[in-house]
Amino acid sequence: MNAYVGTPTSRVDGRAKVTGAAKYAGEFPADGLVHGFIVEATIPRGRIARLDTSAALKVNGVLDVLTHANRPPLAGNDEAWKDEVAPEKGSPFRPLYDDTIKFSGQPIALVVAEDWETAKFAATLVRVEYKPSSFATDLEGERSSAAEMDKPLKPRGNAAAALARAAVRHEADYVIPTEHHNPMELFATTAVWDGGGKLTVYDKTQGVQNVHKFLCAVFGKKPDDIRVVSPYVGGAFGSGLRPQHQVVLATLAALALKRSVRVVLTRQQMYGLGYRPMTIERVGLGAKSDGTLDAVTHEAIAITSRYEDFARNDTGWAEQLYKSPNSRFSHKLVHLDVATPCDMRAPGAASGVCALECAMDELAVALKLDPIELRLNCYSDRDQSENLPYTSKQLRECYARGAEAFGWSRRNPAPRSMHDNHELVGWGMATGVWEALQMPVAVRIALTSNGHAEVSCAASDIGTGTYTVVAQVAADALGLPIENISVRLADSTLPQAPVEGGSWMAASSAHAVLAAAEEVRKELLSLAGKMPGSPLANAELADTVLIDGNIAGISDHSRAVSIADAMRHGNIERIAKEKLNHFDEDKKHARNTHSAVFAEVKIDEQLGVIRVTRIVSAVAAGRILNTKTGRSQIMGGVVWGIGMALHEETVMDHRFGRIMNANIAEYHIPVNADVHDIDVIFVDEPDAHINKLGVKGLGEIGIVGVPAAIANAVYHATGKRIRRFPITLDKLLG
Amino acid sequence: MNNFQYSRATDVTDAIRLLAANPGARLIAGGTNLIDLMKENVERPSRLIDISRLPLRKFEETADGGLRIGALVPNSDLAYHPLIEQRYPLLASAILAGASAQLRNMASVGGNLMQRTRCAYFYDTATPCNKRNPGSGCSALDGLNRNHAILGTSASCIATNPSDMSVALAALNALVHIAGPAGERVIALTDFHRLPGDAPHVDTNLGAGEIITAIELPSRGFAQNYSYLKIRDRLSYAFALISVAAALDLNGNAIREARLALGGVAHKPWRSLEAEAALRGKAATPDHFSHAADLLLQGATARAHNGFKIELARRAIVRTLTQAADATPQSQSHKKIA
Ligand SMILES: Cc1cc2nc3c(=O)[nH]c(=O)nc-3n(C[C@H](O)[C@H](O)[C@H](O)COP(=O)(O)OP(=O)(O)OC[C@H]3O[C@@H](n4cnc5c(N)ncnc54)[C@H](O)[C@@H]3O)c2cc1C
Ligand code: SF4
Repeated sequence: MNAYVGTPTSRVDGRAKVTGAAKYAGEFPADGLVHGFIVEATIPRGRIARLDTSAALKVNGVLDVLTHANRPPLAGNDEAWKDEVAPEKGSPFRPLYDDTIKFSGQPIALVVAEDWETAKFAATLVRVEYKPSSFATDLEGERSSAAEMDKPLKPRGNAAAALARAAVRHEADYVIPTEHHNPMELFATTAVWDGGGKLTVYDKTQGVQNVHKFLCAVFGKKPDDIRVVSPYVGGAFGSGLRPQHQVVLATLAALALKRSVRVVLTRQQMYGLGYRPMTIERVGLGAKSDGTLDAVTHEAIAITSRYEDFARNDTGWAEQLYKSPNSRFSHKLVHLDVATPCDMRAPGAASGVCALECAMDELAVALKLDPIELRLNCYSDRDQSENLPYTSKQLRECYARGAEAFGWSRRNPAPRSMHDNHELVGWGMATGVWEALQMPVAVRIALTSNGHAEVSCAASDIGTGTYTVVAQVAADALGLPIENISVRLADSTLPQAPVEGGSWMAASSAHAVLAAAEEVRKELLSLAGKMPGSPLANAELADTVLIDGNIAGISDHSRAVSIADAMRHGNIERIAKEKLNHFDEDKKHARNTHSAVFAEVKIDEQLGVIRVTRIVSAVAAGRILNTKTGRSQIMGGVVWGIGMALHEETVMDHRFGRIMNANIAEYHIPVNADVHDIDVIFVDEPDAHINKLGVKGLGEIGIVGVPAAIANAVYHATGKRIRRFPITLDKLLG
Repeated sequence: MNNFQYSRATDVTDAIRLLAANPGARLIAGGTNLIDLMKENVERPSRLIDISRLPLRKFEETADGGLRIGALVPNSDLAYHPLIEQRYPLLASAILAGASAQLRNMASVGGNLMQRTRCAYFYDTATPCNKRNPGSGCSALDGLNRNHAILGTSASCIATNPSDMSVALAALNALVHIAGPAGERVIALTDFHRLPGDAPHVDTNLGAGEIITAIELPSRGFAQNYSYLKIRDRLSYAFALISVAAALDLNGNAIREARLALGGVAHKPWRSLEAEAALRGKAATPDHFSHAADLLLQGATARAHNGFKIELARRAIVRTLTQAADATPQSQSHKKIA
């Protein structure tokens, strides 16, 4: 049954990607294609007083300049603009809707020309005069205006009192800066004019059906008028969850000009999209003298725009990780003249758990406890907010296996005690946690009598490996070699799928494949059962499997009919079945993935230079469908965690309300020289409750905990606590 | 990006003629800096004069034992040239500390000398900047100035010169060969770049219509005792916060001659003859290095965010001199600092 699931199967789309055969949104050809280039606002708040496009329009090759004044109709109600992932509260941004400026970098015009270069040149000739308003973009400056979110996590006990009486107490602010996703592929849309007001829209997105529904609502189109396709995505990490400016503008221009239009953002323009919001994380921990926790408080104060309340769960993670009779959480927002933040790999957790895990390290030091021992002292077998046990939780095993692989027992706990020649050596650790979510996904399987199957679903593969795990699960469930499976994804006309995010797609799509495969098997059984002298004449569905091109008895594979024979006998060429996945409702368990991350840093203290020489990440995430793509996911998360710890920061000049490092020369992410050994361990975590396959998903867990493990290692090396990320050398020297 | 004319120069004279005939024209060599600036609308040349095919790619030994290097030699070819590796490893090291392999393959010697500051305001046309738009003001003075200069600044500009190569060239007393409407001339590299003063829009002393044809290295290469140390915000592919080029001529532990240049601290590679003189005849010890660092950093001043650079520079100077004295130069491939 499991020829492929659980193995290090290579990506089925790998060859297409490295040979360039895989096409991305900005690469689809179309007859008479023209190009749009966006003009952006340079002030963060105000109105457009005058927008003079005459010089741009005179440029040879320019076809039109679309602005709020001359654009085709756009929906005027918020509901239409609220995509699947839009914040509940607020009024989504509408490109070119009116003359209001809500953030610097906001699109205010689209120059459409015969070629991209001409559009780009003409865009420099668009003259804009503003009526500026006073504005604020500085979270720390506006901290006092922070307002509590509507739905705080419920408190338990009396955290304030417990904190006040704690034998050992630690309270501190940790500051996580704004960060941008910077996926390698630029945001792009090619809106192909199919005639008669119909469009095929190739878009860089994490959810074709989300974009489809959104475009239909915004442009007042019928579902059949628009098809959204996005077969390959060159990274998105959350930035492609919501429909972005370029898809609205390309569609708008295509409808205005009745021609195919492509809009590709520049790297700089990508900084006008969503981001991980800067957050001040205030954590309070109170411990009894026996080294157990008595109080946890966690308050997050985060950036959002003035027009939408974006918030994720930064603060609740201690409820999952650490037993404490008293806890209180709050999430506050400061509304600023900036674009709305959005999800970015492990939204909420990457920032919140970073703060929590740094605070736990500080508490361990105050208690003179080994940081793992402290965590084991208050290890929680239940999700305390719901008071539920987990479907599975092998975090203890993560600590043990990670510590073993890292050599943690050889750690001298005293800061500044370990050296390698003139470098200080620091060893730090942290816990990671994320949710194990699953969503409704449908899959269609079309099996042909030659033993080939096409598996299709609207889900995206944003580089995570969805094509590959779908193929693996289908090959196993259909009993066919993986070469016989072709997978089609990310077309809005295919069976239903939500956006690809939250680490839910592997489990969700895998179980949709199982459900559809079962329908196929049912049909095959009824065909096989009717054959004269069939060995499966009276077999129950549950007693059969598909294996080696046959339908066979589950316990006796020799009781078999070949798929080809069954279909020939039934006189059918093709069995096509579509089925929605099904997960038994389970309100009795909490569902999470966990990790223990260990980091070694070597620091040249005089110069402040930090090297992250080793990371061990031990992950418990149920069954790993593909150990190769899974390992890559975790490594990618770890590298990002290194960046979050040491490099990444979107820098804004609050006098102008503008991002000043909107390019990847100055917005630093780790380069090869910053990345050394990364050891990924998958801890066995059998899970009989979560779903049939026991799968949890790996997209986010890899980053969570990494920045804290590194910060804690920096402390161990130097004795310095840097609570303002990233840990750049000036902070270490200061 | 604006629309521009394009011509390909047939020889140096043609390039000079084209420059004279087209005010607002720019030379283009590797294009790795100029094209970026054009994409940001910072540079809006009326014409690009492509010099990339001119025959300025030679390495020639000079009569007095030095080396003359054509202005179009790619940075990588320069760094990996056997004569440079053997005789001027300080220069090779500085080049390899800069940019990325791909950029170094494209970048030319002349373009590297002419590359413009990375000050974020200079790049953002929505903000005031005296260098980009004379008289508009300096946004960095009271803005984000963590990367900015601590030496030789003015009230109109505190930008730094980002070149690594130039720092080594300054330490090696390199010369710049220039051709122009008035003929040819040679100036010392240390006189090539300017301090901002009240004309920060003028980066160099290259005159209108002039073109760099070559650089020249004097015979002394300090191949035994040298080091180039670059401190930056990640371990590769970032501009210097501080960089130090150090070269020593030692007799046992006694310093016969010292050269010391700083990058990332000023509008030009920063040298102090006083600091170098103070080392002459002294033992190669941390104390003496420290004293030299103090002299080199004399007059350093900080704005709100770049104060750390002063102490960092001091320490980096001592470390680099130590590396040079010990003949354990900083490796540019293994990023561990020795
Ligand atoms: C992402 C990135 C990172 C970088 N990191 C570093 C780094 O860490 N360290 C570093 O030192 N550099 C770095 N660089 C800069 C790089 O070294 C320069 O871009 C390069 O050296 C410029 O050379 P070029 O031939 O491409 O110049 P071009 O872009 O062709 O020209 C630059 C300027 O020089 C002028 N010019 C060119 N040749 C001549 C000539 N012969 N005579 C007169 N004028 C001339 C041009 O008119 C133009 O104004 C980086 C660049 C990038 C894009
Ligand atoms: S430091 Fe110089 S380049 Fe930067 S803003 Fe000021 S004037 Fe412009």
